[in-house]
Amino acid sequence: MKPQDLGTTAQNTWCPGCGNFAILNAIKPVLAELDGAGIVPIENVVVVTGIGCHGKIADYLHLNSFYAIHGRAIPVATGIKLANPDLNVICFVGDGDAYAEGLDHLIFAAKRNVEITTIVHDNRVYGLTTGQYTPTSPSGFSGRSTPGGLEVSPINPLELIFASGGTFIARGYSNRIDLLKETMREAILHRGFAFVDVLQVCATFFNMYDLYNRRTYALEEHDPEDPVLAQERMREWDYNSEGPIPLGVFHRRAAPTFADNFEDKNSKIPDLEGEVRRVLKGYI
Amino acid sequence: MRDEISVLVGGRAGDGIAEAGMVIARLYNQLGYCLYQYLDYPSLIRGGHNFAIVRAAGKKIGAHRDGVDYLLALNQDTIDRHLWRLNEGAVVIYDSDEVKAPPAGGTGLPLKSFVREAGAPPIARNVGLIGALSGAAGIEEEIVEKVLRKEIPKYIDENLEVARRGRAGIEERGDGRAERRSYPCCPVITGNELIGLGLLRGGLDAYVAYPMTPSSGVLHFLAGVAGEFSIKVVHPENEIAVILMAEGFAYAGKKTAVGTSGGGFCLMNEGMSLAGMAEIPLVVLVSQRAGPSTGVPTYTAQADLPFVMSAGQGEFPRLVIAPGDAEEAFFWSATALGLAWRYQIPVVLLSDKTLSESAYSFNIEEARDIPDIAPVLWDGEGDYQRYASPEDGISPLAFPPRAGAVVKANSYAHLPSGITTEEARAIERGQDKLLQKESRLVEELASLKTVKVYGDPGSSTAILCWGSNKGVSSEVGEELGLRVVAPVVVSPFPAHRFREALQGVERTISVETNSTGQLARLIRSYGFEADDLILKYDGRPFTVEGLMERLLEVAA
Repeated sequence: MKPQDLGTTAQNTWCPGCGNFAILNAIKPVLAELDGAGIVPIENVVVVTGIGCHGKIADYLHLNSFYAIHGRAIPVATGIKLANPDLNVICFVGDGDAYAEGLDHLIFAAKRNVEITTIVHDNRVYGLTTGQYTPTSPSGFSGRSTPGGLEVSPINPLELIFASGGTFIARGYSNRIDLLKETMREAILHRGFAFVDVLQVCATFFNMYDLYNRRTYALEEHDPEDPVLAQERMREWDYNSEGPIPLGVFHRRAAPTFADNFEDKNSKIPDLEGEVRRVLKGYI
Repeated sequence: MRDEISVLVGGRAGDGIAEAGMVIARLYNQLGYCLYQYLDYPSLIRGGHNFAIVRAAGKKIGAHRDGVDYLLALNQDTIDRHLWRLNEGAVVIYDSDEVKAPPAGGTGLPLKSFVREAGAPPIARNVGLIGALSGAAGIEEEIVEKVLRKEIPKYIDENLEVARRGRAGIEERGDGRAERRSYPCCPVITGNELIGLGLLRGGLDAYVAYPMTPSSGVLHFLAGVAGEFSIKVVHPENEIAVILMAEGFAYAGKKTAVGTSGGGFCLMNEGMSLAGMAEIPLVVLVSQRAGPSTGVPTYTAQADLPFVMSAGQGEFPRLVIAPGDAEEAFFWSATALGLAWRYQIPVVLLSDKTLSESAYSFNIEEARDIPDIAPVLWDGEGDYQRYASPEDGISPLAFPPRAGAVVKANSYAHLPSGITTEEARAIERGQDKLLQKESRLVEELASLKTVKVYGDPGSSTAILCWGSNKGVSSEVGEELGLRVVAPVVVSPFPAHRFREALQGVERTISVETNSTGQLARLIRSYGFEADDLILKYDGRPFTVEGLMERLLEVAA
């Protein structure tokens, strides 16, 4: 399978210069390679998206997909994974989508360590609704709902996922596609909840290419198994100041996954009527 | 001898009132009675006032009476609140260690002392009352011992000793051997447990729910039997996650149900609409309680009919079923799964606190012939299209991983492939496809008993009712010689069947546990009129005497 086999006939409607292209162009070769190597058969991959510019990726990938609703990709993905642990479930979500509308689900996915991959298209602005602030927009952000400038500071999603028990925490950047591919591959193969916040530039409403090009650097000589170091690196940039922005895998650890609890609950009872009657005897 | 018996047992929350009621029900079950237990409790953990009324009759019943023949009181409050209920010749038994102002003619037993002397846990006071009841009602000691051994897992010898002391304290008042009846010995079980069992019978693979009274009984029951039936039971972070997670299960081919009450269902609305658009099969149990908002959490109402019928933005087919008794709760829960999967739609099972938490004698022989309604599956030929559109609108299903099939579910308007569209013709075609499914669903429903008739089928006056009010309405209707018409499927409304059931009727009276007459409003849009409304909205279900009185007023 070639990466281009994973495309569809749907017309791409992302803006020129949109960082979403990089995510689309990164995931295709990663999945084609994993399929070719017999590691993840392509029919086992299920893509789940929320609603926003990011969500269109469901239409652009010739893969099993569930184009869900705003903020709700993660519970759908959790259900799919629990239903069939053989499936490899990848959520593509937005920052407004996952950090505002669906934050509760994100925290619980990390807490449960459900074995799904979550790739956040974090452009730090609402694109499809034409330019309002999101939970990761910097303070002072002048959007259409905050024309006087945003009064509050952004959240640091990496720290949030760490505090929630996340077992794989990484950051990518849409302009560093090789590192992004490497990070995605690792995330997909992680046994547990894999979280990748991708700084993905919205060329139309919040163009951060210059700043990201200057400030980002790849983590090297970092030990992701060391939680103290991981937190130090996560705090290096707070999504607000002009500090250096590390990219790569911050934190990784092994832990039991949520689906392990349900593994034995998957067989069909041949005689349901008989089993029901047996239970009813207890009520006489 | 009386041909039926009602027993009230009351005390504080934490005194084991519901459990005592169930033991009493099982005693009469052994004697050939049909049972119904009404449970009344406030929303708190300890204290307050809890009571259960157990009614035992020789015929099928599904309601309780105001009057009682035995009043069993663990505290003064129970005496003070329920003395008005005593039938002629009623027996009052109370804990004399607690009740300081006893009623004349009652029998006081030092239950706290009994429990202490027997070395039983404090909760065993209720067993002392049961022992006393068995003496007063003439229920043989062997039956009491048999039932207690089955119902009480711990300290059974100590509990039996408490029961013996209770019985000894009252033996002299015994009014002989209890009369036998010939109702078949059936399981006595709550509506919630029957909904759970019905879903299991229908092939349930997973149940997802967030706790909310009065639906939580289904969650607890299914979690308890998850191992035996090999099903996955999940309790997620909130009801939004509940319905979305269930839709993930269904996408992957697992028959899934969710359960909640009105407030939780509010959060599920976006998920309902998604299930409609993306054609995700799903069963949603909504067990109503008194609202609006938090309302009265542990009390009953039937006030969410238009809400569940229209919940979710846009127009999409759905099925709403309101079972009215134990057998219907089981039968329709099983059938709901089959219909959800055949038509790839959300199906609402609309219960209420009365049906969900009351206990009934359940006769499985009256709930047989569950139709085998299978989903339409992809045959593996050609390119798979999730929303392929054959004439009946039902697209064959495939579940990943399936080599050669790319399965694309979508909340947006979509093409047969599952890819998003904004083309005018394609949008229209997609909507037509949904409507085609509804037409087929209506055809299928024609072969099922969607409207039931009770009472005198020749009467020109008909009581109209739905859901849990069927039990009380059919009993009172029978007694007064009235026809009783109860639609079980409420949407799509079985207008044709309803019209047949009303053939020859000149006057209709709608009996509902809400303040506006929701069934009456529904049928009006199909050209039927309810001439009178008998409404109750104090959180309590109709009793037999209560409805009788209201009907006689209206009829006068």
